[in-house]
Amino acid sequence: MSDIKFTRALADPDHALKPAGRPGPLGKPLVLANDGLPEEEKAWFCDAYPTASGPYKGILENFLNWARSKSLWILGFGTGCGAIELRPLMTSRFDMYRFGIQPRPTPRQSSVFVIGGYASVKTLKRIVRSYEQMMGPKFVVALGSCTINGGMYWDSYNTINAIEHYIPVDVYIAGCMPRPEALLAGFKELQRKIRRGECEGAVKYAENFEWYKANQKKVIHDWNMPDYNY
Amino acid sequence: MRTIPADIAERFEVGPLVSKRADLSTLDVDAKDVPELLARLRDRHGYRHLSFVTATDQIEEGVFVLTYMLHNHADNHSLGVKCRVGRENAVMESCHLLWEQMWTYQRELKELFGIDFPGSPRVDESFVLEGWIDIPPMRREFDTREYSERTFPTRPGRSTKDPATHMKEKLYPEAL
Repeated sequence: MSDIKFTRALADPDHALKPAGRPGPLGKPLVLANDGLPEEEKAWFCDAYPTASGPYKGILENFLNWARSKSLWILGFGTGCGAIELRPLMTSRFDMYRFGIQPRPTPRQSSVFVIGGYASVKTLKRIVRSYEQMMGPKFVVALGSCTINGGMYWDSYNTINAIEHYIPVDVYIAGCMPRPEALLAGFKELQRKIRRGECEGAVKYAENFEWYKANQKKVIHDWNMPDYNY
Repeated sequence: MRTIPADIAERFEVGPLVSKRADLSTLDVDAKDVPELLARLRDRHGYRHLSFVTATDQIEEGVFVLTYMLHNHADNHSLGVKCRVGRENAVMESCHLLWEQMWTYQRELKELFGIDFPGSPRVDESFVLEGWIDIPPMRREFDTREYSERTFPTRPGRSTKDPATHMKEKLYPEAL
């Protein structure tokens, strides 16, 4: 645990984690405060920080990255209107299975999280929870204008503007809506990035955990889940 | 031409029946009479279906206009019962005993407009917004753009340059 580096400054110190969560003296484990949970539930959940595993280099890692790029399992969680474009991908016309892409029902089984368009604050809470439950290496594809700059909901009171402030994103697919062809192009780009070893979102998330967490807590006011939902 | 039924006209102080379409009319009524009027319309005049309940924010007049839209399936007619509630500490009597689905609308109105319905089931729980801490967002004094800019960080947009000014800066900086 002692190798965690906090490389980026906190966006808003007022919403930072409690000092109890900061690195202690040598040898003392880092502990998350889990302030959102009732006292009797704190024992049920993990209170450890995420650990950065990697990035790894070398021949074996290249082989593993090739294998990962050929077996992209999408989390079946339609987070916005863009999820409707995932359905045609499964049909014979676009046939995403030929690229090794298939939907999975739980975060534990999947490696790709497709953010399907706008994310309201209520959905963002579920996105964060699902993303943290996914096992690394995990990749995020954000589709639609809404994930990039808010899109048509840029001035909405309930819709976030840039998803990358809350979870790391590997590939953006622009469009409103992006067509299934654009999605396939995005997945191909994701495969290329994975093979180049550039998709280290989970490492980035662990290294900048406090920055992401501060951003998340700034918009999610009723934080009634663990600080890290692994 | 539809007219207000005699038993309603003599019991309640109702405004004129405004016909919007052949199958849609509205009726203004005092807020305190609404539950009795709705019950009478439902039980005696065939308006058995509650389509929706909504509010409009008339900020210039300092009132919310609540519209209870009822439908009569027998003669295919919708009737909107409208009443006015003051914007400050807006409270309206709950009608959830007439139609069970009414409490969902009332919970929504509580959250998005801040109109309270004492006694309505689960009216204080959050409906679509979780952990909302500002004024209710559908009130017209709520500035959604200002709130969005204050709350949600955005990515910096592209910067563009006017070609004429740009070339003038590069070629003739002394002229500026």
